[in-house]
Amino acid sequence: MNAPYFLEHIWLIPLFPLLTAAVMLFYGRKLANNIVSYLCAGSVFVSFIFSVGAFFQLVAMPQGERFFTKLLFEWVPAVPYHMFDGRLANFVASWEFQIDPLSAVMILVVTGVGFLIHVYSTGYMAHEGGYYRFFGYLNLFMFAMLILVLANNFLMMFVGWEGVGTCSYLLIGFYFHRKSASDAGKKAFIVNRVGDAGFLLGIFLCSAVLGTVRFSDIGPALRAGHFQNGDPWLTAIALLLFVGAAGKSAQIPLYVWLPDAMEGPTPVSALIHAATMVTAGVYMVTRTNAIYQLAPKAMGVVALVGAITALFAATIGVVQNDIKKVLAYSTVSQLGYMFLACGVGAFTAGIFHLMTHAFFKGLLFLAAGSVIHALSGEQDMRKMGALSKRIPVTYWTMLIATLAIAGIFPFAGFVSKDLILGKAYEKDVLLWAIGYFTAGMTAFYMFRLIFMTFHGTSRVDHEVEHHIHESPKAMLVPLVILAGLSIVGGLVSWPEILGGNSHFVHFLEPVVGAAHDARIEPLKGPSSRIGEINLMLLSEGLVVLGILFAWYLYIKRTELPAKIAKSLNGFYELVYHKYYVDELYDALFVNRAKDLGLALGWFDTNVINGVGVDGAGWLTRFVSRASMWWDTWIVDGSVKLGARIVWVLSFPVRLIQDGLVQSYMLFIVIGLIGILGYYFYLANHAVH
Amino acid sequence: MIPVDYYLFLSLALFTIGVIGVLTRRNVIIMLMSIELILNAVNINLMVFSRLWGTVDGQVFAIFIITDAAAEAAVGLGIILAFFHNRETVLADEMDIMKW
Repeated sequence: MNAPYFLEHIWLIPLFPLLTAAVMLFYGRKLANNIVSYLCAGSVFVSFIFSVGAFFQLVAMPQGERFFTKLLFEWVPAVPYHMFDGRLANFVASWEFQIDPLSAVMILVVTGVGFLIHVYSTGYMAHEGGYYRFFGYLNLFMFAMLILVLANNFLMMFVGWEGVGTCSYLLIGFYFHRKSASDAGKKAFIVNRVGDAGFLLGIFLCSAVLGTVRFSDIGPALRAGHFQNGDPWLTAIALLLFVGAAGKSAQIPLYVWLPDAMEGPTPVSALIHAATMVTAGVYMVTRTNAIYQLAPKAMGVVALVGAITALFAATIGVVQNDIKKVLAYSTVSQLGYMFLACGVGAFTAGIFHLMTHAFFKGLLFLAAGSVIHALSGEQDMRKMGALSKRIPVTYWTMLIATLAIAGIFPFAGFVSKDLILGKAYEKDVLLWAIGYFTAGMTAFYMFRLIFMTFHGTSRVDHEVEHHIHESPKAMLVPLVILAGLSIVGGLVSWPEILGGNSHFVHFLEPVVGAAHDARIEPLKGPSSRIGEINLMLLSEGLVVLGILFAWYLYIKRTELPAKIAKSLNGFYELVYHKYYVDELYDALFVNRAKDLGLALGWFDTNVINGVGVDGAGWLTRFVSRASMWWDTWIVDGSVKLGARIVWVLSFPVRLIQDGLVQSYMLFIVIGLIGILGYYFYLANHAVH
Repeated sequence: MIPVDYYLFLSLALFTIGVIGVLTRRNVIIMLMSIELILNAVNINLMVFSRLWGTVDGQVFAIFIITDAAAEAAVGLGIILAFFHNRETVLADEMDIMKW
């Protein structure tokens, strides 16, 4: 039986952006901007259509069987090796695409939000140089991200994982002539390497312990294996994978790259550093939830790191003045929420928040971009204000996104955030308290942003004031669509307590199938109706309080914030400088790495170059000098000695050879006389 | 008839004059001329003994020697000319570069 068309051709989804990326990067320079726009946004739109098709064909399948894999080709065919327990296993990795509810949600978010951001970029980047390059990278990113979420095994996922990292690096450093941008790109890349090292080790350990890197084989391997709940090997795998997730998803202690990544163009911040790539860590943890669920300690670490990151980043967000930096810390904070959800076992809630966050945070970034666009590149909120009438569409959409992220009923953020808080409450009141407090702070700093940017008195530079203009349609339409999604996004999983049916969460539940495993302690039963409602009311109350507080400080008594900052001078400085974490890392790692480089350089100069190369040179010269001495005195000397001996021996006879022909003649005559005399002598004596 | 001894003494005198000429004169041309004297002293000897014993062997030898003398004079003068071109001298004691 043939599989449904869109599922069978699931591999086409990443292929479209790859093709246009190749066209852009090889031929883009020669193409007109509008052709680039149509090609790139178009390919993502086709991918989106295919994703929608695949989604509906998946939904059409019976609930328990919503799983489909498409083997494209074998990549690493059966390399035999011994597992830790001595059994023989085959290392197999293929280009195999997998679609299940989780992947389906991810490709919808990635292609959907991705398409909107592509459309937005055609307006935002219209006057920038390197238009084709920007879209080429963007499409390459789409390809890598789709590979990441469609991968059926760790190895293929790692290809996408590294691919998105590379594109992130390229796009953060898009304005590479600005040193801060290229530095930020490098920082993101290097910090991610730290996480990736953990991820790789996790993959190795997974194949060594479980004997497979194929996601769909991990569950059976866990069931067949002899693993206790909390097996140390599984905890180690889970923790190593989480190191990778923390790197990619900007969690403590690897979050430092994300705020700096705001050096990139704003659509990049929206697509990569808010909606898609940074959520890859959450996706990966959810994808491997079978392992996590058998490693409660690792889960505890994930939840704690998530909660602390959420609070920590929120405090920094409160004092930032750069509009994009506020959003960046807010992203870190919201990612912390998602990990908090995963850590307490509410993976579906984490993914749900991932999706709503993609809507409203993508929108926030795009709207911020629209503000920056209107103010000719100004990002400092202290130089904004009273913009609500000047750029109304941007204002209203951004307000909606802010209400959503603050968690105001009934916007998308309300549903997903309260789902997470409710689950956290069931698990641990302390985690809930951190998340709860963070929610209040989120409302505060987000409305601080709104008030500083759009309300109060205008502090815009006089020069800029004249040029304020609403953004073009290409930018506003995505804003409006995302605003719509931010409003209704929560409805897909409206909580049962409020008369909904939690569709989305139930849809994802098969992915968290290990919940049926008897070894796993299930989450405590649903809290009482009163409890859940009370929690919602509590958080709504705090959120409203936060908003009012922001209104009081930034609209009513605008002189107060500076006074408060002054009275809390030390603490304010600490937070304003992001707790000096960058400086701490510089002192602990960056400068130590530089020292290591210097030491190695010294070693190269003095040992490799000095002793090795120069020593070899010296030795060669020494040997050649010795050889020259030998030649001069021994070889030449023996020749000369022979000549001298002959010269000495020839002494008396040599004198005869005086070169005068007459002396030779004389010798002849003397000889003649001698011979004749001899004959005379003989004649006179031999007669007898 | 004139006794043989007279001829021999004439020959001896000629020979001696030739040898002394070769040994004492520096001019190579005179040395060559002295050599001619020596050769002619030999020729006289050959003639004398040819007459004495009534054979022609000596006369034949004498003819050879005269021929040889002519050739020697030609070659010798040629060498002297070539040498004079190079060194502008015909003195034997200045021809001393072939020594140790």
